[in-house]
Amino acid sequence: MIGGLFIYNHKGEVLISRVYRDDIGRNAVDAFRVNVIHARQQVRSPVTNIARTSFFHVKRSNIWLAAVTKQNVNAAMVFEFLYKMCDVMTAYFGKISEENIKNNFVLIYELLDEILDFGYPQNSETGALKTFITQQGIKGQTKEEQSQITSQVTGQIGWRREGIKYRRNELFLDVLESVNLLMSPQGQVLSAHVSGRVVMKSYLSGMPECKFGMNDKIVIDKQGKGGASDEAGKSGKQSIAIDDCTFHQCVRLSKFDSERSISFIPPDGEYELMRYRTTKDIILPFRVIPLVREVGRTKLEVKVVIKSNFKPSLLAQKIEVRIPTPLNTSGVQVICMKGKAKYKASENAIVWKIKRMAGMKESQISAEIELLPTNDKKKWARPPISMNFEVPFAPSGLKVRYLKVFESKLNYSDHDVIKWVRYIGRSGIYETRC
Amino acid sequence: MCDFPFFSLVCTGEIFELKAELNSDKKEKKKEAVKKVIASMTVGKDVSALFPDVVNCMQTDNLELKKLVYLYLMNYAKSQPDMAIMAVNTFVKDCEDPNPLIRALAVRTMGCIRVDKITEYLCEPLRKCLKDEDPYVRKTAAVCVAKLHDINAQLVEDQGFLDTLKDLISDSNPMVVANAVAALSEIAESHPNSNLLDLNPQTINKLLTALNECTEWGQIFILDCLANYTPRDDRESQSICERVTPRLSHANSAVVLSAVKVLMKFMEMLPKDLDYYGTLLKKLAPPLVTLLSAEPELQYVALRNINLIVQRRPEILKHEMKVFFVKYNDPIYVKLEKLDIMIRLASQANIAQVLAELKEYATEVDVDFVRKAVRAIGRCAIKVEQSAERCVSTLLDLIQTKVNYVVQEAIVVIKDIFRKYPNKYESVIATLCENLDSLDEPEARAAMIWIVGEYAERIDNADELLESFLEGFHDESTQVQLQLLTAIVKLFLKKPTETQELVQQVLSLATQDSDNPDLRDRGYIYWRLLSTDPVAAKEVVLAEKPLISEETDLIEPTLLEELICHIGTLASVYHKPPSAFVEGSRGVQHKRLPGSAGSADSPDTGSAAGVSEAPPAVIPSQGDLLGDLLNLDLTPPTTSGPPPAPSSGMQMGAMDLLGGGLDSLVGLLHLGGDLGGSPAMGAGFGAPPTAMPASFPPPVSGGLDDLFDLGGSVGMPMGAYSPPKSIWLPAMKAKGLEISGTFARRAGVIQMEMTLTNKAMSIMTDFAIQFNRNSFGLAPAGPLQVLTPVGPNQSIEVALPLSTVGPVMKMEPLTNLQVAVKNNIDVFYFSSQYPISMLFVEDGKMERQVFLATWKDIPNDNEAQFQIKDCHLNSDAASSKLQGSNVFTIAKRTVEGQDMLYQSMKLTNGIWVLAELRVQAGNPNYTVSTVS
Repeated sequence: MIGGLFIYNHKGEVLISRVYRDDIGRNAVDAFRVNVIHARQQVRSPVTNIARTSFFHVKRSNIWLAAVTKQNVNAAMVFEFLYKMCDVMTAYFGKISEENIKNNFVLIYELLDEILDFGYPQNSETGALKTFITQQGIKGQTKEEQSQITSQVTGQIGWRREGIKYRRNELFLDVLESVNLLMSPQGQVLSAHVSGRVVMKSYLSGMPECKFGMNDKIVIDKQGKGGASDEAGKSGKQSIAIDDCTFHQCVRLSKFDSERSISFIPPDGEYELMRYRTTKDIILPFRVIPLVREVGRTKLEVKVVIKSNFKPSLLAQKIEVRIPTPLNTSGVQVICMKGKAKYKASENAIVWKIKRMAGMKESQISAEIELLPTNDKKKWARPPISMNFEVPFAPSGLKVRYLKVFESKLNYSDHDVIKWVRYIGRSGIYETRC
Repeated sequence: MCDFPFFSLVCTGEIFELKAELNSDKKEKKKEAVKKVIASMTVGKDVSALFPDVVNCMQTDNLELKKLVYLYLMNYAKSQPDMAIMAVNTFVKDCEDPNPLIRALAVRTMGCIRVDKITEYLCEPLRKCLKDEDPYVRKTAAVCVAKLHDINAQLVEDQGFLDTLKDLISDSNPMVVANAVAALSEIAESHPNSNLLDLNPQTINKLLTALNECTEWGQIFILDCLANYTPRDDRESQSICERVTPRLSHANSAVVLSAVKVLMKFMEMLPKDLDYYGTLLKKLAPPLVTLLSAEPELQYVALRNINLIVQRRPEILKHEMKVFFVKYNDPIYVKLEKLDIMIRLASQANIAQVLAELKEYATEVDVDFVRKAVRAIGRCAIKVEQSAERCVSTLLDLIQTKVNYVVQEAIVVIKDIFRKYPNKYESVIATLCENLDSLDEPEARAAMIWIVGEYAERIDNADELLESFLEGFHDESTQVQLQLLTAIVKLFLKKPTETQELVQQVLSLATQDSDNPDLRDRGYIYWRLLSTDPVAAKEVVLAEKPLISEETDLIEPTLLEELICHIGTLASVYHKPPSAFVEGSRGVQHKRLPGSAGSADSPDTGSAAGVSEAPPAVIPSQGDLLGDLLNLDLTPPTTSGPPPAPSSGMQMGAMDLLGGGLDSLVGLLHLGGDLGGSPAMGAGFGAPPTAMPASFPPPVSGGLDDLFDLGGSVGMPMGAYSPPKSIWLPAMKAKGLEISGTFARRAGVIQMEMTLTNKAMSIMTDFAIQFNRNSFGLAPAGPLQVLTPVGPNQSIEVALPLSTVGPVMKMEPLTNLQVAVKNNIDVFYFSSQYPISMLFVEDGKMERQVFLATWKDIPNDNEAQFQIKDCHLNSDAASSKLQGSNVFTIAKRTVEGQDMLYQSMKLTNGIWVLAELRVQAGNPNYTVSTVS
């Protein structure tokens, strides 16, 4: 299991060091600094073995988190734990920075003591942790409160405490998708997929039992068989095929496996209910058509057309097209029909920004790039043209059908809950080769 | 004031200040002081001097302060054990606290203090806490048992904590169950043979129930533990799989990977024709793909594992090629892994796409990645025959880019393509030759030289090309030198007329001017081959090469099986068994996949795969791709056996074919009196040169005397001679232990066979053996295999295999061996003498001519003569008898009614001994003269 956990700043100075196992010595702290943080070469692997000691590291801004072990640990678990550790710290004191870590080091030690015991991760749900690890110190808990804490930390529903009360029962569902695309210069889709998340903010009283439904093809088809055949045909069009999905630990997985129904008791506040991935029938919100022509050795002509491909009534926002330029670019002239375009020498790219664009529209940019003659034999790698945008629909076609709330002990029903649903589609890695 | 008050203190004066603050009456001031102490501790400063002052702060009701003090204690208790005792009372008191959080904190911290005296006090509180009413305390206590076991395993067993821990597996609280499982798994790992984790269907059922209810981490512990279970039959296996599959939808990647591990393992037991088997295969793909949308570090772990899974069960991901396409922003370690998997998944169906991608990658910036991409194109060509042409033309395109490392890499892979598809793509050789000058890496140069040598007849200026390389022969790396030597010899065999000078030049460069034994050896081999029998040389050097196989870097099947059992862990990331990177006893157990229960007829179910399915010929890696000594190896071979020299008509005189240069070679073939030191021994016979003790003959004859004592052991069958057991260590001298024994050579292995008799009243255990340094470097090849204790008046037989690689020291007499045997009572020393015949190796048969020459060249004063009396065997019987002991008869001659047997034998250290045995019919006395 995890033998020790260290946090370093960008210089390699130790900010936090907690050793759990006897086989990890103080020299391990230095070994990582010397061999990884101060290494001349770029990091080639997130797992490093130095003198039979394995180091796992992740970086958050310029802070290094490293877990150390001498055993054959579960590597996936170690990384998941490091991410979780980051989440917990962020939930307690915001951004992970050198300053915040130094100011909160006592808290961090307290957390590390609680969520990692002898190198075994323990309950790390912030909801539960916040009930008994506070920076104010625990004062005057009654016996009932204490046992409530412990039963929550160890209990089946470790993510929610009992006795939550809201005057207004309200919940927010955000369907957040990122569309990933890799397109060939000829407009052929090399790969495309949507990775989506359903994020829920729940402000519900008691221990509500929730049921979430969406236009999952498997569910709809199953229902369609029972109902009228024409209805099945209709709904079949609207349903989507989900390649795979994963759920927050509150969701009863065995129930999903057998009935494909998503039922759970939600944590209080914001959390990620599910993640999913689709690859079929994706609505690609934009198409990029590049045209790059090399005119002699010292000039490039670039023309890029973007086309929006969704309902004209919808508006895409924060559109940004990034056209890479060679390293030996000396000057660029740009003309664009819409928005603003600028050559950014430091980023080796022309950045074209458009604030808003409606569906079924088209826009164009053309640029002349002058090059300095070089004798560098290495050809310019021609990185792909990438795009960023935000659209108010789910490119996968996912629709929330219902989210039912049942709380039998308290006197509010599903109808009394105010529910909000929002869809946001963003660009993931949306690239067109040129 | 500094920004970070806790991180800004140093010097000694401050320790003093802190001391004062720690003893202050004000609570706040105390707490701040402890914080400062912890901060200094973090940055590695020694604040152990404050130990008593900090411990004094322990008695507080402020939980935060208490935790800080505990943290300090955990760090320094070990260095100040006496002081740490001061803290015990507080711990014991805290374990009784009404607040469960404090009880748990106390027991958790106590387990981290590795001081013997404290652990004694820990037992009682721990026992209580294991049965605490609060689950939070119980789950902490469960882990504490593992901690205690790490400090003092015996104590844990004596106190019966293991049984309590086992009971916790049936606890009502899932988290307690999970932690108990984790603790038990860890303890069980250090006791490989114990039945600690007694996994039976009932416990498995409990674990599966807890699996649905516990935290994500608990699920990982339970799944990892489940993976160690072997179901009784396919039905049980299926039912476990069914209950594990829902975990594939968990948000935590580690849960998913551990579930994959369980499924991959248990799947082995399912009959392949089962519907469920197919369903399961289908269910595995989506979660594996989903792992690729995790954070990059997890992607890396996932990809390393997918690499294994794809090798074991290619069908799972065969349609998912696209998800492994490299993204521009992927970190380099993800890119390289994806590339590997792409090649594994490449097939005729998707090869066009793959090639287009690979070509794209070959223009990227990162040199390693580009190289790997180029290499991947070559591997596609070898793997998918239909695509070979496309691959070759892609490679040619890449060569046209003239980017140096791309060109070099391309040439290396084209060489492999030539080997796989001979006489198909040789038209591109001209293009390759154009780039000769730009090659500066050994591997690329060697590959190019191989191509030139192999296709010398089609390249008009092959001799010029090779000659150009020859100019800087000594500056080249060994790889290139070896290749150049071989290529020129090939060229000579193909075009003997024009290249005689060239071949002489390279042979003399290789044999005379080089320090590298591999190069010299190969030079001599070629030289002798060419000089004695050019036809044979042609047959050997230009022999048909075995075709290269498609997968060049498959993991060896048994290792793969083991790694599949370690999915998700570091072993699967390193692609090494845990024993390769874990110290001590942990993880040394080798895990295996369970065998398939049903359908043995299906060709690759379970571990039967290794047996019934001929594994594809595995070529270790690009580097030693062509381990064919005589023709094409690119790296120095590690083992070079004796050359298959043509045995007929090797006349010394005929050696002089190639003129003056050979004189030296012939000269070397004469085995001088300094037999061991002559390099010719190494070159000619593949025996390591050894220094020979000056006074060798007399003791040897002593030993030989023993061996030739044929009369005494007439009844013995053909096996090697082995003297009867004699008592080496009388019981009187060794507190009741009597050892009698002998030495023997069985199936090429020297063995020391012993009978250990216990003549004392008490049981003897823990036997071990050691040798003093001796003349032939004999050493035990393994531990003494006495597994059971030897009771009074009991005796056991042991055979200890010996190796001859131990340290060497000349003994008097030569065959003396000093042995130390240890048991639970004492250490005993004795010495024994081994028969020299034991050291005669199986390949001690010398060539006739060589024998003759050697015999002549050994000075007379190295000869020893003695007589064997009373031997009634005829010469043939004696000869066959001696052969059993690896004394080989080279020739037999009958002169004046006497049979003369000429014999050779070789000792383990490479020294040859030649003997002449004179047998006179009717005279029971033999005359032996030995030389060496």
